Amino acid sequence: MEKLINDFSFGLFFWQMLLFVLLLFLLKKFAWQPILKALNDREEGIKSALESAENAKLEMENLQADNHKLIQEARIEREAMIKEAREIKEKMISDAREEAKSEADKMISNAQDAIESEKKSAITDIKNQVANLSIDIAEKVVKGELSDKGKQLKLVEDMLNDSTLN
Amino acid sequence: MQRSFLVKFFTILLLGIFTNAQAQNDEHEGSPEEVSLKTKIKESIDHHLLDSYDFIFFSDTEKNKHYGFPLPVILWDDGFHLFSSSKFHHGETVAENNGNFYKLYHNKIYKTDAKGTITLDDHHHPTQVKPLDFSITKSVLMIIITGILMFLAFAGMAKSFKRGPIVTGVGRFLEPIILYIRDDIAIPNIGVKKYKKYMPYLLTVFFFVWFLNLFGLTPLGVNVTGNIAVTFALALITFIITQFSGNANYWKHIFWMPGVPVPMKIILAPIELLGVIIKPFALMIRLYANIMAGHIVLMSLIGLIFVFHNWIGSSLTFVLSFAISIIELLVALLQAYIFTMLSALYFGFAVEEHDEAH
Repeated sequence: MEKLINDFSFGLFFWQMLLFVLLLFLLKKFAWQPILKALNDREEGIKSALESAENAKLEMENLQADNHKLIQEARIEREAMIKEAREIKEKMISDAREEAKSEADKMISNAQDAIESEKKSAITDIKNQVANLSIDIAEKVVKGELSDKGKQLKLVEDMLNDSTLN
Repeated sequence: MQRSFLVKFFTILLLGIFTNAQAQNDEHEGSPEEVSLKTKIKESIDHHLLDSYDFIFFSDTEKNKHYGFPLPVILWDDGFHLFSSSKFHHGETVAENNGNFYKLYHNKIYKTDAKGTITLDDHHHPTQVKPLDFSITKSVLMIIITGILMFLAFAGMAKSFKRGPIVTGVGRFLEPIILYIRDDIAIPNIGVKKYKKYMPYLLTVFFFVWFLNLFGLTPLGVNVTGNIAVTFALALITFIITQFSGNANYWKHIFWMPGVPVPMKIILAPIELLGVIIKPFALMIRLYANIMAGHIVLMSLIGLIFVFHNWIGSSLTFVLSFAISIIELLVALLQAYIFTMLSALYFGFAVEEHDEAH
C-alpha cells in the first residue's frame, strides 16, 4: 500500500484526467453520437423494411384469399343463375303448353258450337226444303189426281169412306 | 477470467520452481556474474514498470548508451519550469533551470542543490522537496498518442457513416465491438431507457483501456494502464458519474435499505456506504494489478531466457513467454471488457427504478 501511494504520480493523474475528459467530449461530439445514430438508423431501416415486406406478404395472402372467395362466389352465382334460367324455361314451356291447351279447347268448343248451330240450321233448312218438296209433290200429285173426274170422285169417295170409318 | 487467472497462477508457480532451482544452483557455484545479471533484470523490470521522463527504446548497458528521445519536463516550483529531460542525462546529472536544481532519484524529481545531494530518512525516502510535476512523461505521451489514434479512427468511422449505412475501412472491425458494448454491456446492465447517456463514456473507456493495454504489449515498453495514477483517474470518473446519476432509489438503498428491520438498516447503512467507495477502488486495483502482474510475469520470463545458459531452458522459457504473450493479449481485451462491464453495472445500480425490496 505504501509503495502504491509512493508510486502515485500526481502529474500523470492530472494529465490522464484532463486528456481523458477532453477525449471523451471530443469523441462524443465527433464520433459516438454520429456513429450510434447511424447504427440506430440502419437498424430502424432494416426493421421497417422487414416489417413492410411482412405486410406485403400478408396483403398478398389476403388478396389471394379474396380472389379465391370471389371465384367461389361467382361460381355459386353462376350456378344459381343457371338454375333460375332452367326454372324459367320450364315454367315458360309449361305456361305455353297450358295456354295452348286452353286455346285449343276454346277453339274446339267454338267449333263444336258452330257445328251444332250449322247442323241445326242445316236441319231446319232441310226440313223446310222437305216441306216445300212435299208440298210440291203433293201439289203435283193432287194436280195429277184431280185432272180426271173419275179419279176425283174416287178420291172423294175414298176419303169419305175413310172419314166414315173413323 | 477464471481460466486466465489459473493459467497465470500456474505460470507464477512454474516461475517460482525455476528461480528456486536457479537459486540452488547459485549456492553450489556462486558465480557473481549470474547474481549481477539477475539484479540487472530485476532493475530493468522495476524500471519498466515505472513511468519515465524520456522515451527509451533500448539501452546498451555496457557502453552506457540509451537510444530514444527526451520528453519535456514541466514543474511548478515558484513559477513554471519547462526544460528537456535530456538535462538529467538519464538521472546521472543535476538539471539546472532558472536557478533551481533538480535531480532524478528512483524516477522522481527532487529539488536539490548544485551538487545534487539527496539525503535519505530512516525509511529510505529522500528528505528533499518534490516539486509539483506536470511533465509530459512517457505515459502522458502514450495517452496523447492513443487519444489521437482513437479520435482519427472513430471520427473517420463517423465520417464513413455519412456516406452510407455500410461502414468502410477500420470501422468494419470496430463496428461489431461498438454494437457489442451497446447490446451486451450497456443495455442489459443499465436498461433500454437510460443507456444512451452512458454510451460515450463506456465506449471511450473500453477502447482507451484496450488500446493502452495493447500498447503495453508492444516492445515500446509502455505501462500506462498498469500505473495506479491512470487507473485511479478512470475509476474516479466512473465513481463521479455513478454518484451524480444516482436517483432517490439508489440513495435509499444505501442509507435506509428497504425491506429489512430497522436495526439491520442501521447496520447496513455504513456497509453500503463503504461499498460505494470500495466498488471504484476495486475497479482501480483490478486493472492496475492485472496489467502490472502481466508485465512482471512476461518480463521475468524474458529475463529467464538470459539467465538460463543452456539450450533447453532458454527455448522452454521462450515458448512459455510466447504463450504468456498470447494470454496477455486476451487479458488486455478482458480487462478493458471488465472495466466497462463493471462501470455499466454501477451506472445500472444508480439509475435502477423499482420498489420491491431485494
